[in-house]
Amino acid sequence: MNILYRVFIDPFMQMGQAPDLLVQTLWEGLVAGVLYALIALGFVLIFKASGVFNFAQGIMVVFAALTLVGLHALLRKWGVSSGMVAAYLALAITIVVMFALAWCIERAILRPLVNQPDIILFMATFGLTYFLVGLGELVFGGEPKSMITEDLGLPRGAIEIKMLGGFVSLQKIDIAAAVIASVMVTSLALFFQKTRIGRALRAVADSHKAALSVGISLEQVWVVVWFAAGIVALTTGIMWGARSSVSFALEIVAFKALPVLVLGGLTSIPGAIVGGLIIGIGEKLGEFYWGPLLGSGIEAWFAYLIALIFLLVRPQGLFGERIIERI
Amino acid sequence: MKEPGATEAAAREVLLAVENVSLSFGGVKALTGVSFDIRKGEIRAIIGPNGAGKTSMLNVINGFYHPQQGRISFKGVTRNRMRPFEAAQGGIARTFQNVALFRGMSALDNIMAGRTLKMNRNFFWQLIRFGPAAAEEVAHRRRVEEIIDFLQIAHIRKVQVGRLPYGLQKRVELGRALAMDPDLLLLDEPMAGMNLEEKEDMSRYILDVNEHFGTTIALIEHDMGVVMDLSDRVVVLDHGTKIADGVPDAVKSDQAVISAYLGVAH
Repeated sequence: MNILYRVFIDPFMQMGQAPDLLVQTLWEGLVAGVLYALIALGFVLIFKASGVFNFAQGIMVVFAALTLVGLHALLRKWGVSSGMVAAYLALAITIVVMFALAWCIERAILRPLVNQPDIILFMATFGLTYFLVGLGELVFGGEPKSMITEDLGLPRGAIEIKMLGGFVSLQKIDIAAAVIASVMVTSLALFFQKTRIGRALRAVADSHKAALSVGISLEQVWVVVWFAAGIVALTTGIMWGARSSVSFALEIVAFKALPVLVLGGLTSIPGAIVGGLIIGIGEKLGEFYWGPLLGSGIEAWFAYLIALIFLLVRPQGLFGERIIERI
Repeated sequence: MKEPGATEAAAREVLLAVENVSLSFGGVKALTGVSFDIRKGEIRAIIGPNGAGKTSMLNVINGFYHPQQGRISFKGVTRNRMRPFEAAQGGIARTFQNVALFRGMSALDNIMAGRTLKMNRNFFWQLIRFGPAAAEEVAHRRRVEEIIDFLQIAHIRKVQVGRLPYGLQKRVELGRALAMDPDLLLLDEPMAGMNLEEKEDMSRYILDVNEHFGTTIALIEHDMGVVMDLSDRVVVLDHGTKIADGVPDAVKSDQAVISAYLGVAH
């Protein structure tokens, strides 16, 4: 009985007793959730357009962040005196680099592999991952770097709000991250829902030959999509890098998006958003209220548990298309 | 039904000419030295037994397949090979033997997708979907609504096409091709799997498209009644070679054609 009490009653009592702590936890969950949603969006975009699960999304995050930091250091060394100017110049160049990367991927990987089974493309993204790991280490070195948070003008410190008989402390960087990620998620969702290129993207996802027959250029759609995924990776890299540091370990962050995708469905943009929020908030609540029961540290695997339960009940995810294959 | 306009058709200018086209996949010869032309404003049928190379021919014309030999002239430009994008941009639209629609999208969005090439506001306007891009979307939407009215599919315009019955899917697919305002429309078995009523509807749409929009049409069809009624001229393929070419009546009585369809005693 004691264990039942501790699982089902005590956590809720705690929530009621200290509402400020609950709000704090929810806030942290929300921020993590929005960032997860952003990463998941990178996967969804590419999956929708090329039908391939992009294993390289994680390394793209690292690669983008490393490029940004590396270029910044280089520009400073070359005598750009203002850190801010250097930071934004580096940001602009990084965006160009991400575009070039998308273009190269289309040329070197997607185009030669057109009409191949999905599993081949999936394996190709593994190849891409190891290539980018190697390239990143070669050019920027393997040691962790710190994100140029200040030069980019991202805020530091925290705001303390008095509420519910206590304090809720909001990290400014978290607020910035939540705002930027929300804006990006919304605009990408609108862009792919409402515009010609968005329609072309969905068309390509449904049928290659029909898309070709109406004059949609597969090449162009792929470059656009991989570029968008690159920008998403860059944003993720900046936000996540600002919270820890920029190193190859960041790659792991991308795999936090896996449960989000399971939850939201691989093909749905709203699914990525809602899934991200559920995972983010669920993870923090789980860690804070139920974690002590198991000696803490459940944050690392709790999301996967949620995903696993979901897979049993609703394998296509919350918003995913139900795909029935005839055998 | 249509008057045989063969003499009239023969006098018109050539829109597309296929010269000596050969296509093979490994050791399998799909097409061997096929030549024929399609003249402006006519309905041109391509017929032949199963595996004769009809669909391969359409795939060559709109650039899905690249022939090893031969040339294709379209609107006076001669190429060794078309690319799908060039074909679409040049005004060649098509439908497919097994409907190829964007299944997850609504009928309306499918047909709008046919306007892709006509919309040319650049990326950044679209990004914010504001100003010229919004106005453009509205203008194209108007044309698409005309097509929807013409095909009498207004009631299903918001329905996801994967859920529509087969006959209506074929009609949406035709709508998507029409949305490209094509000069040459390739129809690959537009009536396959349809009942009599649906076939009659489809025949009427094809004739209307040809007469009202002046669209040149090349179609593959197995229903001989339909082929003979609709088309101005017929080209017959068998085992990848051309065995007859002419007006329906002449083709019907051609000995090689009869042999190909009915088989000959050995």
